[in-house]
Amino acid sequence: MNSRGQAAACPLIVYGNRIGTLMEYFLELFFGGLTRGSIYALIALGYTMVYGIIELINFAHGEIYMIGAFTGLIVAGVLGALGFPGFAILVLAVIVAVIYSAAYGFTIEKIAYKPLRGAPRLSPLISAIGMSIFLQNYVMLAQTSDFLPFPSLIPEFKIPGLTGIITSSEVVIVAVTVVVCVALTLFIKYGKLGKAMRATAQNRKMAQLVGISVNTVISATFVIGSSLAAVGGVLIASHIGQINYYIGFIAGIKAFTAAVLGGIGSIPGAMLGALILGLTEAFATGYVSSDYEDVFAFALLVLILIFRPAGIMGKQPTQKV
Amino acid sequence: MNNNIKADKGKRPLAFFSAGCDSAAHALRRSVLVALWFMFLTFPIMVIKVDTVNKTIDWRWMNLLWIGIGSFVLSFVWRWLLERKELQKDQVSTEGPVERLLTSASSIPAAKWSLLAIVGIAALVFPHLAGMYQTNIMISCLTYVALGLGLNIVVGLAGLLDLGYVAFYAVGAYAYALMNMHFQIGFWTMLPLGAVLGAICGILLGFPVLRLRGDYLAIVTLGFGEIIRLVLENWGEVTMGPSGISGIDRPMLFGHKFGVFDSITFMYYIMLGLMILTIFFVNRLQNSRIGRAWLALREDEIACQAMGIDRTKTKLMAFALGATWAGMAGVVFAAKTTFINPASFTFWESAIILSVVVIGGMGSVRGVILGALVLILLPEYLRAFSEFRMLIFGATMVLVMVFRPQGLIRAKRKVYTYMGRKTAGAEHG
Repeated sequence: MNSRGQAAACPLIVYGNRIGTLMEYFLELFFGGLTRGSIYALIALGYTMVYGIIELINFAHGEIYMIGAFTGLIVAGVLGALGFPGFAILVLAVIVAVIYSAAYGFTIEKIAYKPLRGAPRLSPLISAIGMSIFLQNYVMLAQTSDFLPFPSLIPEFKIPGLTGIITSSEVVIVAVTVVVCVALTLFIKYGKLGKAMRATAQNRKMAQLVGISVNTVISATFVIGSSLAAVGGVLIASHIGQINYYIGFIAGIKAFTAAVLGGIGSIPGAMLGALILGLTEAFATGYVSSDYEDVFAFALLVLILIFRPAGIMGKQPTQKV
Repeated sequence: MNNNIKADKGKRPLAFFSAGCDSAAHALRRSVLVALWFMFLTFPIMVIKVDTVNKTIDWRWMNLLWIGIGSFVLSFVWRWLLERKELQKDQVSTEGPVERLLTSASSIPAAKWSLLAIVGIAALVFPHLAGMYQTNIMISCLTYVALGLGLNIVVGLAGLLDLGYVAFYAVGAYAYALMNMHFQIGFWTMLPLGAVLGAICGILLGFPVLRLRGDYLAIVTLGFGEIIRLVLENWGEVTMGPSGISGIDRPMLFGHKFGVFDSITFMYYIMLGLMILTIFFVNRLQNSRIGRAWLALREDEIACQAMGIDRTKTKLMAFALGATWAGMAGVVFAAKTTFINPASFTFWESAIILSVVVIGGMGSVRGVILGALVLILLPEYLRAFSEFRMLIFGATMVLVMVFRPQGLIRAKRKVYTYMGRKTAGAEHG
């Protein structure tokens, strides 16, 4: 059990050694933080959506992200051997990873959480922790416990004026995240299923009474959340260039921190929280010390929660007896 | 309790196969679908193994066959178990086999005392019968009992979800290691000091998080635990960083130094004593004024305040007393292993301790002891399966929670008997 902790030190984002002027350095950190925040946002959305609907911290969500990255690697490996061009591999890898992660999210909910509806509050949490341990070891046994090199799938292109400050993969990650976040917001606001989700989050019993199939809504929430995590998984793996079975844990904890920071259960809150967390970490790493990167993240969380106990955008629920 | 199931079996001869389905044919079709789904699900990860450097692909089709057969069989068992759980839900008494045994044993005083005596004697002679390796495992198991009982105060009684409990454990362990290294302070001096330090840290954490509730509290305590670990890892000048501190003194008995083998036996007895002390304290606490205040706080904060309970004091008390045991267990851990590093105090440790509490049965002392025995001994005895042990461990956590969500042994509130009769509201779920 103890040996698991040592792998936690693996970095989520690796910086290049380009030292330019002070302004360039600032911009480089800023875009690095933006990328980092984007990935956190993609994972945090899954946490916050699941929490909003069934009030469960889905500890296995980080593992879904990891499985997405692994599926992406496998697809990339197979297609690469068949001689597909880089961009086609990226698109196909993301699509297959999304399908598989969604399938895993769906199955996990059916096995580990659905039989526990109405059980004491901590039981599904322990079930989730067990699921997370199970999935990590499953991937470790079926694949490998070593770091695997991930092919660089995102094509290189130059951004005029910003060469050396922002890389093409950073641009792609941020752009994809923005598109996904906008689409998700619109879907939740105007889509039929999105409306059903909001209704279920507000009051499950009442939603059932007005004819919403709560089981479908919960499954859909897991499917959507898992798909977003898979997108993040493939993109960041391609950006960093290596993955192993343990990447889900630290990314999951950070994303969960981001979700709580923004106010858990709130979708714009998760995006904002992830952005703040990513930027804080990037600047703290760049200007203070890379050793204490995680300390800054958690210290920020503690500080914000002391002053706003329900997160930045969370609503403090009225308490009744 | 089993009558219902038996009657059901009588009606349907294929009850096991068709559990949860109308007919055997339907059940068969469902299981085939489940098998196909899992074959699809595990296809990329189980079958394909790519080497992106050499561009080679390894296809392992046999795995797919095993997954198919395995999930086909397991889906029958799964449905059967779920149906059994559903049937038992309607029963008034939902005691499990372990609980039933304990209830029947404790209802007869002679049986209760002889059972306790047998367990006591077995615990006393254990290190002389079993080898050094077994004794070592038992010590870590007892450590988890103490940790579990400490966390049980915070989570089980006061209902405050603490995911960073391991931080207090680390504080105790590092306090002893550092004091021993710099000032040669012995184990026996440090044991109470570790407890006090743990309590102080508990209060320090408790103050800022008083206003937080539920999962916000969980993530802040998780963050606190991680901060402590990261500081231990990075503050190299003081804590020796990731390489840790070695050569910590083992405990002595009135100035007598033990050899390696004897000192493990001695450590076992220390831990046994500490555990008995913990059980005694927690039992007394549970039924004391503060214990009842915790239960009230767990059930409803506002109602509890309205009854005149000081919320701040009660919460801080829970944090402090919970952390006390972690501090002591930390000192014992450092003395036992004679080497500590930050890798022993990761979030997983907290998760395991929390699992001990929840799987055993929240708020129940006997449950926590059983939970520690199951969760700590299981991975050790699963070493025969070597690499599969953590896989089985994770699956067990899920299965226990799905089929016994209230834990192995449920907590029972103390029942007052008035002139030989039980008062109302005795059973507590």
